[in-house]
Amino acid sequence: MAPPSLWLVLLLVMPVVTMVLFTFRAGSFGQAAQQFTLNNYAAFLQNQPFQSLLARSAGVAAIVALLSVVLAYPVAYYLSFSAGSRRFTLLTLIIIPAWTSYLLRVLAWKIILGSGGVLNTVLASLGLAADLGSLFLYNRTAVIITLVYTWIPFVALPIYAALERIEPSLFEAARDLGARPWNAFLRVTLPLSLPGVIAGFLFVFIPTVGEYVTPALVGGPRGIMYGNLVQDQFLNALNWPMGSVMSLAMLLGVLLPILLFSRFVRLTELAGL
Amino acid sequence: MLRRVPWGGLYFLVLTAFLYAPILLLIVFSFNDSILLTFPLRGFTLRWYQALFEADALLGSVVNSLMVGVASSLVATVLGTMAAIGVVRFRFPGRDAFLALAGVPLVIPAIVLGVALLILFRQLVDVQLSLWTIGLGHVVINIPIAMLIVASRLIGFEDNLEEAAMDLGAGFWETQWRVTLPMSLPALLAAFLTCFTTSFDEYAMSVFLAGTDPTLPIYLYSQLRFPRRLPHVVTLTAVLMTLSIGVLFVAEWLRRSGERTSTAPEVTA
Repeated sequence: MAPPSLWLVLLLVMPVVTMVLFTFRAGSFGQAAQQFTLNNYAAFLQNQPFQSLLARSAGVAAIVALLSVVLAYPVAYYLSFSAGSRRFTLLTLIIIPAWTSYLLRVLAWKIILGSGGVLNTVLASLGLAADLGSLFLYNRTAVIITLVYTWIPFVALPIYAALERIEPSLFEAARDLGARPWNAFLRVTLPLSLPGVIAGFLFVFIPTVGEYVTPALVGGPRGIMYGNLVQDQFLNALNWPMGSVMSLAMLLGVLLPILLFSRFVRLTELAGL
Repeated sequence: MLRRVPWGGLYFLVLTAFLYAPILLLIVFSFNDSILLTFPLRGFTLRWYQALFEADALLGSVVNSLMVGVASSLVATVLGTMAAIGVVRFRFPGRDAFLALAGVPLVIPAIVLGVALLILFRQLVDVQLSLWTIGLGHVVINIPIAMLIVASRLIGFEDNLEEAAMDLGAGFWETQWRVTLPMSLPALLAAFLTCFTTSFDEYAMSVFLAGTDPTLPIYLYSQLRFPRRLPHVVTLTAVLMTLSIGVLFVAEWLRRSGERTSTAPEVTA
């Protein structure tokens, strides 16, 4: 156990601790990087736009996670209960798009939603509207659509796994006791698949709170998310201490409560450990 | 089996189409005779594929990504396998804490891990950013992936095979080498390939750890701002998508062929 533990301590725990320590520094480089200060925290607490964008990004992440779960659940259900022996092949079919280039899948949505894109062309050829240019692109809806698209396969997996673990005799019991199919679903299948649903939701929600690539590509000024501000502090403004405070605020304000609440995503349970 | 779901198959088809359509769209544009990625299409061409062979910077970044991917996936598979053997076969103090720690890379936002490693490398130890620093980060996010894939295989076969080997006089390490390892081999390969695919596509964390040598996603992102270069990028993607779908089929096939002999529950990464 020692080598993997050592790797994770040196390159996961240490960096996060270093980042937390860096929130107390006056500047990114040289002399200023040695000085202790609490100014970064004060600046963050006084910065209303930062805080509201963090809240809105959490909102976007929640919408994305919810939509992904809702869209993926029926597929997982179908694979688990109706697909028979083809289920593995069909599951692989669903997963494959998730492993193709993420950046290029986002680019594809730019082509679909953008000026001269698929949506505009279809609308125009139906005579519904002239080319609306970038109307569908560079807003929060475009960000949500693109993110849901990229996440669906990842959500289908844990839900499918949870459905597969349900004891089949429970369905028979429900039917024998007179439950109608819809009732049996609501009172047996759905509750028992909840661990998978929650895991899927969190697997999407948590990374999406810090998402910045998709907003940068399809979000435009109206669609930017908190992650874009953090990235900007590190790569453009070069204010690393401020960026560290902002990262920490995201971890403590949004993610820690969720992780505590969910008793750590039941990751271990999902893996059967 | 509960019952047939009347609309299930139809919904599956619609969702699959939704997942594949954008990818097919990019492939269509890789054959389109125009510099712009807009409709209407301008006619069939292979010139983007020809131009690909002259795009040195692009191909250089592919080579960089291959190196980082192979090296980091090898390390992650070895470490993840050790972790999997540890948590499946042993009850040790701190096991729960280790599992929680090993799960963190799966859920921590990539940007947080990226900036944290950046601060570590530049402020605490002063390492120059390079492909090495990217690779170190990729190992971190791939350890839990490898661990979960290998662990599911280890749970799949009864450890009485290992007990039998030890009863017959094999020591712990000999048992690992002659029983556990051969039986886990498909899972190890699947873990390696899954880690490789993840590494090959990672951008959000890597961009903070990159020196002057870009990986493919970092190079791709830098090109997205220049519309004239987009056809090259799209064409390369068409090629890579085809390749990675091939790799994934092999990985899935290996994983399934391992699981077919067992009654292990489905495990997700």
